Amino acid sequence: MTAVVSKVTKRRSGVLDVLRGSSIMGPFAALVLAIIFFATQSDKFLTGANFSLIMQQVMVVGTLAIGQTLVILTGGIDLSNGMIMALSSVLMTGLAVNSGMNPILAIVVGILAGVAFGLLNGSLITAIGLPPFIVTLGTLNIVYALVRIYTTSTITNLPPAHLFFGNTFTIGGTEITYGSVLMLILYAIAWFVLRSTPAGRSVYAVGDNPEAARLAGINTNRVLLGVYTIAAVTYGIAGLLLVSRTGVGDPQAGQTGNLDSITAVVLGGTSLLGGRGQILGTLIGALIVGVFRNGLQLMGVESTYQVLITGILVILAVSVDYLSHRGK
Amino acid sequence: MSYKHIVPLLVIGLLLSACGGTAAPSAAPAATNAPAASSQIIVGLITKTDTNPFFVKMKEGAQGKATELGLKLMTGAGAKDGDNEGQVTALENMVNAGAKGILITPSDTKAIVPSIQKARDKGVLVIALDTATEPQSAVDALFATNNFNAGLLIGEWAKAFMGSKKPVIATLDLQPGITVGAQRHNGFLQGYGLVSSVDPNSSDLVTSAEVVCSQDTHGDQTEGQTAMENCLSKNPDINLVYTINEPAAFGAYQAIKAAGKDKDITIVSVDGGCRGVQGIVDGQIAATSQQYPLKMASMGVEALAKFAQTGAKPSGYTDTGVTLITDKPQAGVDSKDSTYGAANCWGTK
Repeated sequence: MTAVVSKVTKRRSGVLDVLRGSSIMGPFAALVLAIIFFATQSDKFLTGANFSLIMQQVMVVGTLAIGQTLVILTGGIDLSNGMIMALSSVLMTGLAVNSGMNPILAIVVGILAGVAFGLLNGSLITAIGLPPFIVTLGTLNIVYALVRIYTTSTITNLPPAHLFFGNTFTIGGTEITYGSVLMLILYAIAWFVLRSTPAGRSVYAVGDNPEAARLAGINTNRVLLGVYTIAAVTYGIAGLLLVSRTGVGDPQAGQTGNLDSITAVVLGGTSLLGGRGQILGTLIGALIVGVFRNGLQLMGVESTYQVLITGILVILAVSVDYLSHRGK
Repeated sequence: MSYKHIVPLLVIGLLLSACGGTAAPSAAPAATNAPAASSQIIVGLITKTDTNPFFVKMKEGAQGKATELGLKLMTGAGAKDGDNEGQVTALENMVNAGAKGILITPSDTKAIVPSIQKARDKGVLVIALDTATEPQSAVDALFATNNFNAGLLIGEWAKAFMGSKKPVIATLDLQPGITVGAQRHNGFLQGYGLVSSVDPNSSDLVTSAEVVCSQDTHGDQTEGQTAMENCLSKNPDINLVYTINEPAAFGAYQAIKAAGKDKDITIVSVDGGCRGVQGIVDGQIAATSQQYPLKMASMGVEALAKFAQTGAKPSGYTDTGVTLITDKPQAGVDSKDSTYGAANCWGTK
């Protein structure tokens, strides 16, 4: 018990210590290097407008990756998150446009429908003890089909409430999207909860060593159920951000959301083995992907190379995690 | 600082210098043609994917024309067919980079519309290539194959070829809700005379009693094979197969050959890729409607250059043409043989 507690209390430290002593250092250096590199390659890169654009482009995957980080910290994985996001987004748009539901209510119902599947994931994992990979592979397919049963055609002419987070406000001449601010707020909340509340610490404890966590008096099943459910809340919100960014409810969306969000988590230095990682690392991971995609495009590099470099970065990040783990 | 922190720094440094190395030559051909690279006009091309040979050819056409006119071409693509958000991201990046005009083959014909509107609001000329947006007026102009006509041609040919034989038809389609898929399918049935006065722009599939099996293939060979296997077990009397494109046609042929019915079943298709034309030579595909992606792209780049220099905008729809390719010509249906098809095809031979 003391081992678990002392390990997690060590996480309470200043910003500098967080950077120096944790898995976040490598990703952060990578991001800074990438920004410096692209700034030397394109005069369009290092502008407020371009950074605002990158934030806007990562807000959907970035938000999706918050939930994925929580799940991965417990040692699990969520393959269904992109499709849950798609379900939330077609429901919140379809109910408002096709069924005439109050737009705000439709958004809430859309998010809750996603949460229901998070609850289902969590229940199957805790009650039957099925592996998260299998459970979420199943719900991935179920939700994929449900989206298509609900609609195969794109939903357009959305009410203003759905588009709000795609709107911008101006600070110092730079247009900033409300959605990217929402994403940052969600990261701040997740960061606070994970490092400063008993619930957050028990997420790490369950991922680090479920048996030890159980012996330390943590109800591991309740933690897992909570994590999968809360994760689905972030998927639903990601669905709202997707809708506001593209201006449509798109049944084709979200199909690569699972791998894109896992990429962000892994690039951010979180271990797929669970128990180790930082939520802010995931934000950096998502930004690395966004910066590379944007920077390479500004340089005129073909999109195939953007994918190639993402692949190399992922392997690199996992190698670092593996080497540092082995080194202990 | 332990070695675990140094390793990523080193590798990322190497990676960045490597991608600087690959990027320089790709930008070079355009730069050598324009003395003042900073004032060079930027144009963009966004394709559905960058793996499909059709779009590879399209990119080739755009790059060729851009180099000729001294423009800088930026390219982007979705990760896969139907990836709207990937196209939105590419569109935003190009607008931000200062592109004067953008050519796009919309992956999701409705979903891309609001993003195109945002680009046009900033004064960027947007031309759709190959696939119309819904509504078509969401872009400044459309340069595309008339897909309904492409379907009509193979329908008319199939009717003449089948003669008095009663058609039992399987259609291997694209996927629901995509205009191109419906236009080719509906054109085929109207060309055969099984349906009449179909709206050529509809994105809904029509059907008739002669069509005994319809399956989605996403234009994919493996899915085409599975779909054909299922159709044959549903109705072994099928004697005519319409396919959305040639990969689906080859998949269908595999299934038909495995069932020992390759002498009894006729496959028609649309695309005119070099592999498809070879399929005509080999007798696997009976007829195909050939389209011209290189022409679409070079016409598109020309229009963007004209807009950037004079402000003149193209408008409406420009048909980039379609030709029926078959080695079994039928009286009353215009066609060219596979030699012509091979000389004008796209993709690797």
